[in-house]
Amino acid sequence: MRVSTAANQRKPVSGWSKKERHYVYLGLAFASPWIIGFLAFTVYPFFGSLYLSLTEYDLFSPPQWVGLQNYEQILADDRFYKSLGNTFFMAFISVPITLAVSLLIAVMLNFKVKGINYYRTIFYLPSVIPIVASALLWTWILNPDFGLVNMALRTLGLTDPAWLLDPRYTKPSLILMSLWGSGAGALIFLAALQGVPRQYYEAAQVDGANWWYRFWKITVPALSPIILFQLIMGLIGAFQIFTESYILAGGKVDGSGSLGGPEQSLLFYAVNLYQEAFVFLKMGYASALAWILFIIVLLITFILLKTSGRWVYYGGE
Amino acid sequence: MAVRLRVILPHVVLLLFAVIFLFPFVWLVMTSLKTPEEILEFPPSIFPETFRWSNYKEALSAIPFTRYMMNTFLICMVNIIGQLFSAPLVAYSISRIPWRGRNIIFTIVVATMILPVQVQMIPQYIIFTKLGWVNTIMPLTIGAFFGAPFFIFLLRQFLLGVPTELSEAAKIDGASELRIYIKIIMPILKPALATVALFSFVWSYVDFMGPLIYLNDSAKWTITVGLQSFQQDHGAQWEKLMAASTIMAIPMILIYFFGQKYFMKSGSALTGFK
Repeated sequence: MRVSTAANQRKPVSGWSKKERHYVYLGLAFASPWIIGFLAFTVYPFFGSLYLSLTEYDLFSPPQWVGLQNYEQILADDRFYKSLGNTFFMAFISVPITLAVSLLIAVMLNFKVKGINYYRTIFYLPSVIPIVASALLWTWILNPDFGLVNMALRTLGLTDPAWLLDPRYTKPSLILMSLWGSGAGALIFLAALQGVPRQYYEAAQVDGANWWYRFWKITVPALSPIILFQLIMGLIGAFQIFTESYILAGGKVDGSGSLGGPEQSLLFYAVNLYQEAFVFLKMGYASALAWILFIIVLLITFILLKTSGRWVYYGGE
Repeated sequence: MAVRLRVILPHVVLLLFAVIFLFPFVWLVMTSLKTPEEILEFPPSIFPETFRWSNYKEALSAIPFTRYMMNTFLICMVNIIGQLFSAPLVAYSISRIPWRGRNIIFTIVVATMILPVQVQMIPQYIIFTKLGWVNTIMPLTIGAFFGAPFFIFLLRQFLLGVPTELSEAAKIDGASELRIYIKIIMPILKPALATVALFSFVWSYVDFMGPLIYLNDSAKWTITVGLQSFQQDHGAQWEKLMAASTIMAIPMILIYFFGQKYFMKSGSALTGFK
């Protein structure tokens, strides 16, 4: 180090030593790509959309100030409630189911058996398939007449739903598809599972605890921080479901001229927002939707973090 | 008896799940090789009478597939370059340079990871429109040069685990921070940078909403948007649709097989999120 102690002790007007200031400049310089991007493409658009949400704007004529009118309209808009309901269904039913299956697969992948690496590859594989391609595949697998699932159901003599054509079955179809991709979450759980000390399980086994007990009393608490993380990311992800819906619904509009498949059963929050902005060119209205989305996501994250103290254990390391 | 069950049961369970997970792939590829008549058969056969490779040729000529692929790869490459330039710089700043404010930066980086893209989407579209960037690859690539939060996080975690002795020694020898970064840190970061490049490629490759919003001219389309329009035009020709989907999935599957250890690494990095 080339800095003398004298220079270190002499505090300049700013209260920072020469060395400290040097490091601040350096740190800012290295972080500058992110800082510039953050200001230009996050902060500015963030407040920009807040402003736009208080205007009427179609891209062609300048924004017209309308105050809270967009928000009032949203609260009276059937499509908003429809999309919110569909999204909540995915967030609070599909996300927990997918997480549970991911955890189950992770536990299986932690078995000490021969060839486990092949299984890991197989379970993760569906998650590397682009959503557009896997959604097309599932549209075919769930085809009411010639799809694999219905042919199997018919062979077994069971009733065969119309899946993506029946509004009652569109969301379950989507759940099936996301379960196929649950290997991605499983891999994150697996990494955490391998960090759980073996002694815990050995001690429990000595005490005669069965598999079920060990799972709930050791595995789940040990993984709870990562469960919380995946839960938050999953819920936020549910509010941004777009591509799956667009492809599964065929990108077509229904009788009422809206995206989202039969009876708008696949009209999710992000799909509705996209439609208002880029199909109907209601930029102000869509900005208001975006801000409501932001507040919902913030609330969900806040509530989860606040209540997590009751079930998340941070082991002392 | 109980012991034997304990040995066999895990295999049976794993095998069962593996078959369930693999079967859609089999179905995808087999459908892509069937005749239109075979597809409508009941009960269905898994394998076609003869492999009809011409489905692929027909699917590829039905849409400008090569062009879509080229467009997609260009966007992927520019994004990789952007992320490899920016993300390690920022990660270095917040993990190796002892400056006041680096924790604030880190907190904001993590916080932006949960910020829904929709909140910025509309003003960004307006900015890009005013800049005349709609229908170019700019809106889909410029962001990479500012560093994605996930990559900054990943590289920071990696750097925190790297001993500082080497860079301290270089500093005593009078090396500048930039020199240390280029000569010492970048080589150490190589495996983590491979993970960044890989994910950057995958994200750009699978992106659908970005190209859907920004690329109106069909000559500029990426593979995702191209395939979606193919679905709209040839929705009932399942054998061709599955052939096109298979081709689209192949680059991802190849990347996965060759870069498996890097995928696994991101899994372990995320467990650091406590």
